[in-house]
Amino acid sequence: MKSPYNLTEQSFNRKLKNKFMKFIFAFLTVLALIPLFIIFLHVIKSGINAINYDFITQLPAPAGQPGGGIANAILGSITMVALAAIIAVPLGVLGGTYLSEYKGGKLSSVFRFVVDLMTSIPSIIVGLYIYSVIVLPMKGFSAYAGALALALLMFPIVVKSTEEILKLLPTNIREAGLALGIPRWRVIVSIILRGSVPGITTGVLLAIARVSGETAPLLFTAFGNQFWANSLNQPTSSLTVQIYTYAISPFQEWHEQAWGAAFILLLTIFIFNLVARWLLLRNKNEYM
Amino acid sequence: MSEFIHAKSIKNNEVRFSDALFYNFLRLITVLIIILFASVFVFLYRSSEPLFLEQGWSFFKETTWSPTTDTYGVLAFVYGTLVSSFIALLFAVPVSMGSALFLTQLCPRFLVSPIRSIIELLAAIPSVVYGLWGIFVLAPFIKNYVQPVLSGLTPGLPFFQGPPFGLGLFTAGLILAIMIIPTITTISIEIFQAVPKLYKEGAKALGATDWEAIKIAVIKPGMAGVLAAITLGLGRAMGETMAVTMVIGNRADISSSLFSPAATMASVIANEYAEAGSNLHSASLTAVGFTLLLISMLVNFGARYIIKKFRGPI
Amino acid sequence: MNKDSKSNILIIDQLTAGFGKSEIVKKISMQVTEKEITALIGPSGCGKSTFLRCLNRLHEETPDAWVHGKVNLNNKNIYEKGTDPVFVRSQIGMVFQKPNPFPSMSIYDNVAAGLTIRGIKKKTYIAEAVERSLIQAALWTEVKDKLKSAGTSLSGGQQQRLCIARALAISPPVILMDEPTSALDPISTAKIEELLHQLKKEVTIVIVTHNMQQAARVSDQTAFFLLGELIEMDSTKKFFTNPKDPRSENYITGRFG
Repeated sequence: MKSPYNLTEQSFNRKLKNKFMKFIFAFLTVLALIPLFIIFLHVIKSGINAINYDFITQLPAPAGQPGGGIANAILGSITMVALAAIIAVPLGVLGGTYLSEYKGGKLSSVFRFVVDLMTSIPSIIVGLYIYSVIVLPMKGFSAYAGALALALLMFPIVVKSTEEILKLLPTNIREAGLALGIPRWRVIVSIILRGSVPGITTGVLLAIARVSGETAPLLFTAFGNQFWANSLNQPTSSLTVQIYTYAISPFQEWHEQAWGAAFILLLTIFIFNLVARWLLLRNKNEYM
Repeated sequence: MSEFIHAKSIKNNEVRFSDALFYNFLRLITVLIIILFASVFVFLYRSSEPLFLEQGWSFFKETTWSPTTDTYGVLAFVYGTLVSSFIALLFAVPVSMGSALFLTQLCPRFLVSPIRSIIELLAAIPSVVYGLWGIFVLAPFIKNYVQPVLSGLTPGLPFFQGPPFGLGLFTAGLILAIMIIPTITTISIEIFQAVPKLYKEGAKALGATDWEAIKIAVIKPGMAGVLAAITLGLGRAMGETMAVTMVIGNRADISSSLFSPAATMASVIANEYAEAGSNLHSASLTAVGFTLLLISMLVNFGARYIIKKFRGPI
Repeated sequence: MNKDSKSNILIIDQLTAGFGKSEIVKKISMQVTEKEITALIGPSGCGKSTFLRCLNRLHEETPDAWVHGKVNLNNKNIYEKGTDPVFVRSQIGMVFQKPNPFPSMSIYDNVAAGLTIRGIKKKTYIAEAVERSLIQAALWTEVKDKLKSAGTSLSGGQQQRLCIARALAISPPVILMDEPTSALDPISTAKIEELLHQLKKEVTIVIVTHNMQQAARVSDQTAFFLLGELIEMDSTKKFFTNPKDPRSENYITGRFG
């Protein structure tokens, strides 16, 4: 049957549309890449001027005065993130282990569901929650409260990444262990978990990088402090909250310092990301 | 085998006991976490209860938010959250779709993983740094270049009119767009990669051009997954706090202009909670948080529902 | 390779193809006669599928793929510089090993896909073409009452005939089939083989099969491939009763492959 239409020649229209759409996709990809460069370059350009020895060793100068640093904020951030990791990493690894090694039960499916929902809780809500369960009863802002808020955000990330990593191990490793007469928990701890240390570390580093940049959950848990915090029981400054306070202040000197703090924060987070990626690449062959 | 066990002197019931101990230890942690999660809802509700006792359900119908007169309504913030998130989707969806399609269908292979890494690094930038950049770079740009041009082009429309502050819904939406691009792109890449190649080959064999093959054999089958990705991006945008707080202008207003200052549910909490004077004020802010939490959960359920229901062939 | 009155629609000349450093198809020359069924057989990995995918320029869609040589369709080389692969593929249709009706498209839309992507909007024309193609593919009676249901809701054999109908809708003079029955049960296979007999009245078919009996049952010409080379090509009857090359004989008698 002869067709009234030309089905073989590609019409000019189709050719044009094809070229156009391909161009659009490439263009949109470039568009997606641009913000990273703009932001990164701007942080470097404005941040590097603010950084000097005083900046990383001194306390903040009084409002509107030049000089001073963010040493207390750096220490506060390190303290709270480290404390959060101490709480969240063991729990998260155990939770991920439970999901990967004891799947199938009702409890594990409820747990998986809850972990998924936890990742979608807005971080400001975590701050509100810690405020009402920790800050109010303890009658004050503290590094403890800030660290707990961060731990709550870190936990589901560690669970998820641990589960993913453990799932990559072939079943026969578990069976080989069990067949040797080793108790199951020893198989899990000494063979499965120990064998997955690099992978779990990658997940942990990414989780640390992620919570290091959190601000909202610290606003009314750790609050902030222009001075050194003498104990974990006191309001504690952090890099992120400091950037926020400085950015919305009316003082030119503080604006510059906000860029300096942003530079340090971004650098730290990118280093964590790069190390995590490098670890993942280095160990890829073991898993795949 | 028996020698092995003997050598280790592990008796059968010792094994069983240690295994049960470990298993129940894990279960205990799990149960505690589940209780913790449930307690988030309980505590948020309990902390916002004073407001509901005082004002009842009017909280959900009221547009005014005025701590000085103790009138608290959530609607202005719901409006701010929805509008800023939709502006974000408006920009982020085409960019993410385009990038995901380019990376999975057209890009030379050696470029795929560098580009993907760069897009993923966008997700690593902290919210507060986006906010800092938003205040000092993006907002002045919007104020000096974008708003004058847009309002000049559309003299009759109310959306782009009003005094140029630079801080407002539009700026917040734009920042949110940049922040959710990695989320939507990464999930969409996974979706498009999961569409079996044989559909695209089938389309090619029919004489389809690259674009036609992508349209009928990649986008169409992946549509449900993409929708889920967009929903997850929406959820992320709605809960985002710092960057939005820093650039949205923080005014509890419903204005027809996209360039006017506004506030979102997350931003009003960040902005006012630490200084909330009265008990009722902080209860109301917690109630805003509770509302945000419920909406976030709902959006998350929506994404899961889409995935489950329309999973289809992939 | 003797041919009688019918003309050769495809003339392949010194075709070599592969991926990256490996050469999968080695200097193959052959002629395909119009309105006949040509079967390509050989042990797996012999390059017959790659060769088939060179005939509609689908091979080049795979990363790292390369091709040399000529494929003349009606005396015009499809690999000539400036020839659009999209043009080639609208002349030479293809049916794949695994049925691949487009998901999230109805039976009707699947058959119409080749027309709608070309911007044809006239509903009556599309409806006629869909009906004609489904009748040609012996699927019409089974699906005419559920044209709106999903293409993927059909059984495997029906899906494969749907894919044949989809290829037929744009009336290509040649259709390539890459082991079209290998994923199907015997009854569906028999239906498709029967269909091939009907189809060859109107189109030229080149079919890859790993099943010698199928080649013997359906084809007019048989080409035997081994390690990327064309060992022997002859009329099917002669090939199976009196192969010239000892390697062909070994293969037919089941001594290897």
